[in-house]
Amino acid sequence: MLKITDLHAEIDGKEILKGLSLQVNAGEVHAIMGPNGAGKSTLGYVLGGRPGYEVTSGSVEFDGQNLLEMEPHERAAAGLFLGFQYPVEIPGVSNVQFLREALNAQRKGRDEKPLSGAEFLKLARAQADALSMDQDMLKRPVNVGFSGGEKKRNEMVQMGIVDPKLAILDETDSGLDIDALRIVGEGINRIMRKSDKTVILITHYERLLSYVAPDFVHVLSAGRIIRSGGPELAAELEREGYAGVVA
Amino acid sequence: MMATKNAQAYEAVNKTYEWGFHSDIEQDFAPKGLSEDTVRFISAKKGEPQWMLDWRLKAFRLWQTLESPDWAKLNLEPIDYQDAFYYAEPKPKPKLGSLDEVDPEILRVYEKLGIPIAEQKMLAGVEELGEDGQPKRRVAVDAVFDSVSVATTFRKELEAAGVIFRSISEAIKEYPELVRKWLGRVVPMTDNYFATLNAAVFSDGTFVYIPEGVRCPMELSTYFRINAENTGQFERTLIVADKGSYVSYLEGCTAPMRDENQLHAAVVELVALDDAEIKYSTVQNWYPGDENGKGGIYNFVTKRALCQGKNSKVSWTQVETGSAITWKYPSCVLNGENSVGEFYSVAVTNNRQQADTGTKMIHNGKGSRSTIVSKGISAGRSDNTYRGLVRVAPGAEGVRNFTQCDSLLLGDQCGAHTVPYIEVRNPSAQIEHEATTSKISDDQMFYAMQRGLDSESAVALIVNGFAKEVLQQLPMEFAVEAQKLLGISLEGSVG
Repeated sequence: MLKITDLHAEIDGKEILKGLSLQVNAGEVHAIMGPNGAGKSTLGYVLGGRPGYEVTSGSVEFDGQNLLEMEPHERAAAGLFLGFQYPVEIPGVSNVQFLREALNAQRKGRDEKPLSGAEFLKLARAQADALSMDQDMLKRPVNVGFSGGEKKRNEMVQMGIVDPKLAILDETDSGLDIDALRIVGEGINRIMRKSDKTVILITHYERLLSYVAPDFVHVLSAGRIIRSGGPELAAELEREGYAGVVA
Repeated sequence: MMATKNAQAYEAVNKTYEWGFHSDIEQDFAPKGLSEDTVRFISAKKGEPQWMLDWRLKAFRLWQTLESPDWAKLNLEPIDYQDAFYYAEPKPKPKLGSLDEVDPEILRVYEKLGIPIAEQKMLAGVEELGEDGQPKRRVAVDAVFDSVSVATTFRKELEAAGVIFRSISEAIKEYPELVRKWLGRVVPMTDNYFATLNAAVFSDGTFVYIPEGVRCPMELSTYFRINAENTGQFERTLIVADKGSYVSYLEGCTAPMRDENQLHAAVVELVALDDAEIKYSTVQNWYPGDENGKGGIYNFVTKRALCQGKNSKVSWTQVETGSAITWKYPSCVLNGENSVGEFYSVAVTNNRQQADTGTKMIHNGKGSRSTIVSKGISAGRSDNTYRGLVRVAPGAEGVRNFTQCDSLLLGDQCGAHTVPYIEVRNPSAQIEHEATTSKISDDQMFYAMQRGLDSESAVALIVNGFAKEVLQQLPMEFAVEAQKLLGISLEGSVG
């Protein structure tokens, strides 16, 4: 599904990713863990195609396509979803309007017919219900006045609506209380735990991993994957701290 | 259904207006330049009564003593008033055989606005030949409905309600007393340089009278968007809403309009008597010039409403995206007790466009209230200024005003300026002013793009969200097109 080879990327001339390689296959859940400043969020942004993040060498193949040559919206249409650590507010634009335009833009990019207002609303309501999100929040401006937890839940509702092939979730667990964490975790499993889909969880902590069990755990440090293993690696990190593992 | 009905109404009304215009002119024009002779010529061509000519001449003589104002934050080349025609048969557009001959850039905009092919042909002036080999004008419209019968239907409906809706030239002849009573009452000929010029040489415009207690049965418009021609350089509009009446009036056009006339100096006067309400909506999309502003229209309009009666209300809504230079302040003189003035504005400037726009709310009546919501969007190397006055007279007890001015910047080479003037001479007044300036953030752009929108759609979405409070004031018919228009106006403004 996704093959990253020797990826180097910089922002403002400062190299953040320094030869990162990673391969993830359909049906797998990967967790990327690591200390602050290791380059976790940068990896998400580079894969999403955020302007300002410059890839200096290496390659990324997504579903057989050269991801790095695609515009951010083309990556979205191809099935790449980035869950934001800090979901962004868009005043005056309702969640429904935003998501319908976004989804129909993606569908257009895939030569699919746009969803009508009624079809879309049905889909959006079902996803909001599944994540125990109040229907009223669909009508409110995107993330405006949402609590930290509501924003994260809204990200998952968006993911459910967009139904991507690959979800890269950047610290989706931060800012969530225990109940919300469970609901979000269940949402990820429900939407993404399928044989043709892949999840990359970027996280500091092990706690989300008790809801979404990873198949592989990687440690990112100083711009490179320095260790990979199974779920037991997460437990080891929790026990020993990054310092113990990185050293 | 209502939208279609309205569309037909515009079309019908537009046609009558257009026919009237053409029948007045006999392929004739006044010599170049501006003199008393020009004024007399215009008046004679229109067959105006003596009082109208006298009024024009008085204005002209006054205008000769005036100097062009220079207080706005505008960079304006001096205008040579002698190097222009003041009365001319509108120039026929170059006749084209098919859409293939039309500037592809214009076609692209039509397509983005969602204008059907048939209408595109109208707008672009494509002539199709009928079976007899003669030009078949307005074929598409005729195919949709019988315009003559529609025109009759709507005129009958308006007349049955007692509503007078005429070109101002017709009204001067048919309803001289009404016109004479109100013309220049709201914007006197002495008001300002451009209003004085307009009083002397106004070409045509619209007159509306809504009788006492009548709710106008349909939204009125000078023209449906098909009418891309015949818009005068010096339009004059007068709308009088008698006691307890209501009218909603639409002005403008979302399709980009080119015009040979560089200067447009219109005057719009509104009068609302006791318990009357006027809703006046404008979408202005004159040609803004090329990327350097060359060839664009100067739009210097004087728009003012007199809320003369108690509980009267006037609401201005404007979406300004076009013109090289926009200079206008739709205002309300709130004389009536408990009268209400509203001003909702979105002004977009891109490339080298300049806009100095806002409103004046003059509170003379006790308990009068006003609301001002201004949204300025600047991109490219443009300059966008909000200039507004809130004045409370000594005798006006219990006045309230709320003003909100928000500016949105795209890029780092444009300017946004807010110049509020507040003059309060009565201590009971409550005046609130809020202002914000923001930029479209990289975060917002990337977020929207990651969800699937390309950069232009992302900008359009964010800008429409920013302008939402104003856009939702527009009648449905206009609102959808205005939303698309905002996106189109800002194309190429983000890298």
